[in-house]
Amino acid sequence: MSTPAAIDVVVSEVVEVNSLIKRFHFKRPDGAPLPAFSGGAHIIIEMQDGDQTRRVPYSLMSSPLDTSDYQCSIRRDDEGRGGSLYMHREVVPGMQMTISPPANLFALDLRANKHLMIAGGIGITPFLAQSSQLERTGGQYELHYGVRSRELGAYIDELQDRLQHRLHMYYDEHNEAMDFDTLLSTQPAGTHLYVCGPAPMIEKVLDTARAAGWPESHVHFEHFSKAPPGEAFSAELSESGISVEVAREQTLLEAMEAAGVDAPYLCRGGACGQCETDVVECDGEIMHEDFWLEDDERASGKKIMPCVSRFRGKRLVIAR
Amino acid sequence: MGSTASLPTFKDGTYRDDFSFKNSPETVVRAPFPFDKDEYMYAVNMELHKDGRKGTAYEEPIDMDEHYLAEMRDRALVLDEDPLRCQSLPHMEMAGWDTLELLMECKAASFPEAFSLERDGDQWHWINRPMGIDQHFTFGDATTLPYGPLEYITRQAQGDFVVLDERDGNLWMDAGMVTTQADWSLDFDIGMNFFEWHAPVPLAHEKGIFQRALKYLLAVQQSNPARRLNWTMTVNPRLDTSPENYHQWGPENTHITPENVADKLFLRIELQSFWRLPRSNAILFPIRCYLLSMRDLSTVPKWATRMHRVLKSLPPELSSYKGLDNFREIAIDWLSEYDDGSPTTPGPFPD
Repeated sequence: MSTPAAIDVVVSEVVEVNSLIKRFHFKRPDGAPLPAFSGGAHIIIEMQDGDQTRRVPYSLMSSPLDTSDYQCSIRRDDEGRGGSLYMHREVVPGMQMTISPPANLFALDLRANKHLMIAGGIGITPFLAQSSQLERTGGQYELHYGVRSRELGAYIDELQDRLQHRLHMYYDEHNEAMDFDTLLSTQPAGTHLYVCGPAPMIEKVLDTARAAGWPESHVHFEHFSKAPPGEAFSAELSESGISVEVAREQTLLEAMEAAGVDAPYLCRGGACGQCETDVVECDGEIMHEDFWLEDDERASGKKIMPCVSRFRGKRLVIAR
Repeated sequence: MGSTASLPTFKDGTYRDDFSFKNSPETVVRAPFPFDKDEYMYAVNMELHKDGRKGTAYEEPIDMDEHYLAEMRDRALVLDEDPLRCQSLPHMEMAGWDTLELLMECKAASFPEAFSLERDGDQWHWINRPMGIDQHFTFGDATTLPYGPLEYITRQAQGDFVVLDERDGNLWMDAGMVTTQADWSLDFDIGMNFFEWHAPVPLAHEKGIFQRALKYLLAVQQSNPARRLNWTMTVNPRLDTSPENYHQWGPENTHITPENVADKLFLRIELQSFWRLPRSNAILFPIRCYLLSMRDLSTVPKWATRMHRVLKSLPPELSSYKGLDNFREIAIDWLSEYDDGSPTTPGPFPD
């Protein structure tokens, strides 16, 4: 299960959306349709960056009704581990790449009476696909979209055309902020809430929903942040009987893969729980960066999510 | 899926009344025998559903055998009497279309002499030659089919089909077509989550098997189906052993004698597979039933030996849960003739 059937694609188009965001189009080499998917799904793009293989998840933003190509919008992150920089600098039309089949960890709940979507910045991408899906299947929804400025907000014109009154824009440059209290306390029963954006925004929305009595099963969120870089460290793998060196801009999962260890994963963003690994010995500190483990599991030092989390100290042994 | 399988010669046969169902020798040896060792215990026995071994039930992703038409006739009879065997909660319509697409594509790719699918945008043309069906329809528009998409295609595919919606880190049994089941009911279980519908199973909870199985299933991705086997035993070749019809088949459990056990008692094998559906993000869970009489088993010496040892060593809780207590000893006695005590070769396949 750890290595999903890969899809060979060609980069058919690269579009500069604004000064920070590029949109990448992928097609099959023979032009055949790509697999169908559901709004909110991501793919994992495999990047051959020198001798390093990166596998980075990005939301599919194109319409699930049109699988002649897949489209991902990627914001350049100058502080990140280098995946987005690689995409921005190296990837050009005509290039052959490998992607995973789509997987969805941020799916619409199709029972909802209404879908309330809240996006911040590049967190808009899954909602582009979901709103296209709902246009076909029907279903009540509205999208609240916050951006720093008109210049840095992506796809505002397209959304205004498509969504019309269902789109609500908020511009930081005009000091417009979403009033979460009012928004979340005035929804009809059976509404499902979806939020994707920067971590502080997600926290705030989740706190507000909790305080307003929203059932947890009606609240869905997806972090778009990627595993952060950090200091290099080494880890011993007790089942494989080897040690791996994790470079500054590598994750523990990537280092294991580079060493030929077949470790499970799904989201590569610390959210899905598939890569959860037992810690056998830990003389030092685990820097947990995931959204999966419970607080007591983190405190226990007995679990680590190698797709995002790192280690600082003398010795780390994990059961892999 | 690269090469296509040879088309079986379809047989008549009934799964009720006179029970004229009979396996041909080729159908016996291709069965997915469920025991890879001489004893049985629950395990998270899941593996990727791929690399089908030629000449076995694993050869094609969605198997079809000589009983196809007979089984489809039996399904139609069950549905005539009890339409609630096929249900789909309102939010599962998309998953029904996903199921229809998956089954049509698999069947057309595996058995092109029998099935064909032509797609022109959302205008589809489906031909099922064995059943004499030639259907033009609009994908996504249920008014262009005689039944809803799930019922339409599962009236043309062997095995039960359960459709699981994924929400809240759990799976919910929100649609299905269930007419060949081992004593469980879709009408009873519909809307339940993974832990709720497994609640009656003994021993496995203590072993933490359901938590691990759920985690595995949630990771099933498009293009990467998984599978597992399950088994029980059934008196007479009856596909519809449902709680709804217990009054018909329940009393038969006491009808096994040393004289009739060879032809009246069947190993009932379930080949369960798990497919991530693309548009709905649901999981399709086909449960395909294979029936082998004790005499069928005896034609494969390794299988008869192993069946003998599995039945002898089965924990009493499992024997009771599977409903084997009335005939287990009789079957063990009959099978003992095929067990000389020598070791069996590893793996499930015939020698």
